[in-house]
Amino acid sequence: MKKVMKVGTALLLGATMVGLTGCGHKNIPAGVSVSNGGKVLNIWCWNEEFRSRFNDFYPGVAEVSSDKATTTLKDGTVVKWTINENVNNNYQNKLDEALIAQAKAAADDKIDMFLVEADYALKYVDSDYTLDIQKDIGLTKEELADQYQYTKDIVSVDGVQKGTTWQATPGLFAYRRSIAKAVLGTDDPDKVQEALANWDKFDEVAAKAHDKGYKMLSGFDDSYRTFSNNVSAPWVTGTTVNVDKNIMRWIEQTKAYTDKGYNNKTSLWDDGWASDQGADGDVFGFFYSTWGINFTLLGNAGEKGFGDWAVCYGPAPYYWGGTWLCAAQGTDNADDIKDIMEQLTCNTEIMESMTRDQEIQDYTNTISGMKDIAEDKNFGSDFLGGENHVALFSETAEKIDMSNISPYDQGCNELIQRAMKDYFNGNVDLDTAKQNFETSIKEAYPEITDVAWPT
Amino acid sequence: MKNRVSITADDVMRDSGTEISMSDTKTVKNKKVDYSKWGYIFILPFFITFAIFQLIPLASTIYYSFFEYYRSGLRDIGPTFVGLDNYKTLFETDLPKYMGNTFILWLMGFLPQITVSLILAAWFTDVRLRIKGKQLFKVIIYMPNLIMASAFSMLFFALFSDIGPVNSFLVDSGILSKPYRFLAEVWGTRGLVASMNFLMWFGNTTIILMAAVMGINPSLFEAAELDGCNHRETFFYITLPNIKPILVYVFITSMIGGLQMFDVPQILTDGTGGPDRTSMTIIMYLNKHLFNKNYGMAGALSVVLFVVCAILCLCVYFSMNGEDNGKSKKRRDRDKL
Repeated sequence: MKKVMKVGTALLLGATMVGLTGCGHKNIPAGVSVSNGGKVLNIWCWNEEFRSRFNDFYPGVAEVSSDKATTTLKDGTVVKWTINENVNNNYQNKLDEALIAQAKAAADDKIDMFLVEADYALKYVDSDYTLDIQKDIGLTKEELADQYQYTKDIVSVDGVQKGTTWQATPGLFAYRRSIAKAVLGTDDPDKVQEALANWDKFDEVAAKAHDKGYKMLSGFDDSYRTFSNNVSAPWVTGTTVNVDKNIMRWIEQTKAYTDKGYNNKTSLWDDGWASDQGADGDVFGFFYSTWGINFTLLGNAGEKGFGDWAVCYGPAPYYWGGTWLCAAQGTDNADDIKDIMEQLTCNTEIMESMTRDQEIQDYTNTISGMKDIAEDKNFGSDFLGGENHVALFSETAEKIDMSNISPYDQGCNELIQRAMKDYFNGNVDLDTAKQNFETSIKEAYPEITDVAWPT
Repeated sequence: MKNRVSITADDVMRDSGTEISMSDTKTVKNKKVDYSKWGYIFILPFFITFAIFQLIPLASTIYYSFFEYYRSGLRDIGPTFVGLDNYKTLFETDLPKYMGNTFILWLMGFLPQITVSLILAAWFTDVRLRIKGKQLFKVIIYMPNLIMASAFSMLFFALFSDIGPVNSFLVDSGILSKPYRFLAEVWGTRGLVASMNFLMWFGNTTIILMAAVMGINPSLFEAAELDGCNHRETFFYITLPNIKPILVYVFITSMIGGLQMFDVPQILTDGTGGPDRTSMTIIMYLNKHLFNKNYGMAGALSVVLFVVCAILCLCVYFSMNGEDNGKSKKRRDRDKL
């Protein structure tokens, strides 16, 4: 027994020593390292979208492998795609581990380029793992001049731009023409816009729709982005979370809508929400950005919905989503990255052809190109009854102000929506919901010390 | 091989001889050490695996629980020694509430599970009932256990959603006037978690209990029958007391399983822990800390969980040893002598 104890103690000591030595590292990459001539270009992303745009529109593509796992470029470089699903933060978790191990990885295994979303872009942009696309990669200010300012602001820290995108994602209010006719007596986008021009008018229409047996919105989170994009300060300053007045306005409005029966109590992306967009839906409209209308809404609405939808600006300008390209620290394919970024995010012709492609209809990041399409009388979406939605998007895109983003946006947005759901459902009072938000935000970000609510 | 066997026999002979002649002692001892070496070598793989995958992680978990150590964005913060701060923070949070949730969710599943399993086990093993197709029923009641818990949970999520088939049925058949929003109600969510656990585990428990009942000497049942016992009396006075050790085993394994409850409520509530965190279990709470690589707090929570687990196991262990035949182990040992 004594011997066993001794062995046990020794092992325990050993374990502690392993623990001690295991914690000496700090995740700081050393200096900027960029080179050329790498044989493999590793691109990390979370879905098919960029890969198919790349394969279809990048002029340098020579051959795509049958399983699409690699793309060979004309200069012989092989693009290797690593796609990790985004569910439950999976993409970011894997990306983080890979980036932290980047310095030790073999040249051909190093990540050269990765994609990020707006809500967490700052996490990567405000780190040494991303490269300055002008100084390190070599894109010029002139090339980037035709891009929307907000798409540059989101990925800039202290004036250094560390990412670029081929798409802009301004949001609009998509409404059902048949319900608009029943409630407002018209389905003309200009007149509907007039009726929904600000939140007070929006509330009035909601009451009218309710009287006629319709719901104004589907669920709790639908109008969230229109409020959260128009806040007066970033979510977090120092170690304090500042809940903006506009967020409180969203809580107030959604609670009122829920209690009065103006919505169907659904949550974003759930089955009820999707079926509200289907043929039998009784919901007036949805807040959606570019991809949401051409991809999500079109899919949910089905064939019966074709022509029954239209878009207008809605009560406030906002954006939702979007994908940015970042060049990774330690890349050995800087030239290829430069060319990809130039062709896909700065070349007006290529981007315009993406928008004009009826199967894609992506709203692209070129001010002049989008203006051309907006003024094109022959351009229109069949789904939206022939309406030229690009014209509306281009109006909104220039009004988006993204100076108030923070690296905490993803967590704050998700957690306040979750915490408030209990309040909307009537399970807890507002104070408990607030308390639950504080608890969960401190769990998600241990450095947060306080949560300041507007008085 | 033959040689070895003969040596062993030889060894045994000498071993028994030690008490008689002391002169042989030295050589005998040497031989003994020689053979026991192989014993240690044979069990070494277990201890190496145990050390690498259990002991070292356990030690480092305890070690890190005294540190502030997490990841913020892509930067590691710490490790900075903070003493018992993590534990203090832990008990200032809603930990007792999550422990309560775990207990309630477990009990809600375990009570119906043990009741139904006992009844089924008694029926299936009762020779007088002559149930046909026993094998088929055994397979069917075990089926839910074959489905992955997360898949089962996703299935329930779809079935019981606000516009799901269950609500459509309840409304269309006139039982409810409007859909019952299961996942927006505290007891709706808890009820779903409990019923999933019940469905998944009652088959397993039934089969274990059946094995226990079949291990009882049939003459006891025959004697009871001759004495005029009815089904109820046979069950309470013959079956139940005789399967007690297995019942305790089922109780312990179920309790440990309950403490580790994670996938079912996690998937059903999308990681939120249901309305107002009322279906957040301890492991789900642990997962929340691990999500952002908060090794310090996760370590502290694991240590607390470890202690709770150890205490529960000890309680059960002593109650099991102490209550056999209503006498303590010491007493029984003395009786044997």
